Amino acid sequence: MNRSRAHSVLFWGSLVLCYVLQLMPLPPTLLPFKPFWLALVVIYWSLEAPERVGLGLMFVLGLIGDVLGGELLGEQAARLCVLGFIVLRFRARLRFFPMWQQSIAVLALLLNDRIFLLMIHAFAGDPLPPPTFWLAPVTGALAWPWLFLLLDDLRARLRTHDA
Amino acid sequence: MAIARNETSPLFADSALGTLKLTFYLTVAIVLMIADHRGGYIEHVRGTLSTAIEPVYRVAALPAQLGHDARLALADRRRLAEENAELGRKLMLADAALNRYASVEEQNQRLQRLLDVQHSLGLSAQLARLVEVDPGPFHRRIVLNVGSNDRVTVGQAVIDATGVMGQIVETLPHTSTVMLITNPSQAIPVAIERTGLRTIAKGGSNADTLELPTIPISADIKIGDRLITSGLGGVYPAGFPVGEIRAISNDASGLFAAAVAAPSASLDRSGEVLVLHQIYDAIGPPDLAPAFGPPANLAGDAEPIKAGKP
Repeated sequence: MNRSRAHSVLFWGSLVLCYVLQLMPLPPTLLPFKPFWLALVVIYWSLEAPERVGLGLMFVLGLIGDVLGGELLGEQAARLCVLGFIVLRFRARLRFFPMWQQSIAVLALLLNDRIFLLMIHAFAGDPLPPPTFWLAPVTGALAWPWLFLLLDDLRARLRTHDA
Repeated sequence: MAIARNETSPLFADSALGTLKLTFYLTVAIVLMIADHRGGYIEHVRGTLSTAIEPVYRVAALPAQLGHDARLALADRRRLAEENAELGRKLMLADAALNRYASVEEQNQRLQRLLDVQHSLGLSAQLARLVEVDPGPFHRRIVLNVGSNDRVTVGQAVIDATGVMGQIVETLPHTSTVMLITNPSQAIPVAIERTGLRTIAKGGSNADTLELPTIPISADIKIGDRLITSGLGGVYPAGFPVGEIRAISNDASGLFAAAVAAPSASLDRSGEVLVLHQIYDAIGPPDLAPAFGPPANLAGDAEPIKAGKP
């Protein structure tokens, strides 16, 4: 009971921290480099604890992200569902990739997410975004190993602590 | 154990059920997006959830706030430490104190200018500060720390001392969102100060310029011309500086000229802004005359013809 509660705290805490990080202001030159934290953490938990994460939860998390971020309602929900579906489908293979290969896979997923977002903006009639639009997947892929190691370390500590 | 769990859960097996679930969620999301794009429901949702959203904004703004306070406290500590140092560093000490006062004086001057604008125009306005939150990098909005509890309503214009910044589009009890004039879906009626030519300035694909898309080719317009609000449309009061023309060219169809202007407000740097209280009457054609026809005592049985009836 204690163990599952600590794991729940880590799970929900990491998700809540995503929203705070997404809203965090940065100097204007650094703004395009902000990665899609919610996607990174959802990928991590889909790989490591898929019984907790399903398409329904991803949809709801995306909706909360939309409401907080002020974008079109349903935009992040759709992006997260697409991303999560791919990760869950290929989870068995992704899980055992070496770290560099996982980063490349994360880069491909985030690029796909940006293309999807571009499609949504085009349908909504917005003008084409500037070239810095494509920087966020790169920082996301660079941040992935650190995020993975950090969350893995915290989970391992919780496990040994209870053991 | 993980493998057994894989096989029992239908989502992870390569079956049609997984794709069906995805299709369902994507359909719901697309319907929501279309409904929001047309109907603007997200403002209702955020208004209802405002009690939950505002603390998240405050938490996200905390690090920037702490950074400002720490910088100020560090300046104090440095001044005390240098005052206790040897006599030879008195000049450097004087310089350090001057730097700190210079930044405070600059802020004071900015506030004075804002107050002057408020007094000289005789407008009822409200001072507001930016909340350091990034609501979406490509949508060019800013968040202010006043909301509906401070009598701020949707549609009020927001200016700073040097020009027009934008319009309030959404209010929560203690925060409100401003759509900047460089937002692609924002258009502001402007006039060229020198000639009086009236046209419209829209936000464009570049985050720090305005576009004036349809200008008659024969119009008298030069680089360096200043743009002011024309007051038409009833949102922004007339006579406010909006920007300055930077480039003029033919537009894509060749039928009109298009110009690019740089906004005169510091859209990415302002810390304090003014929210104008009055919503101005639209300047437009006068209302139709009321019912016309013969005088009532001579009308007889027929009813007087009312304006507007076919």
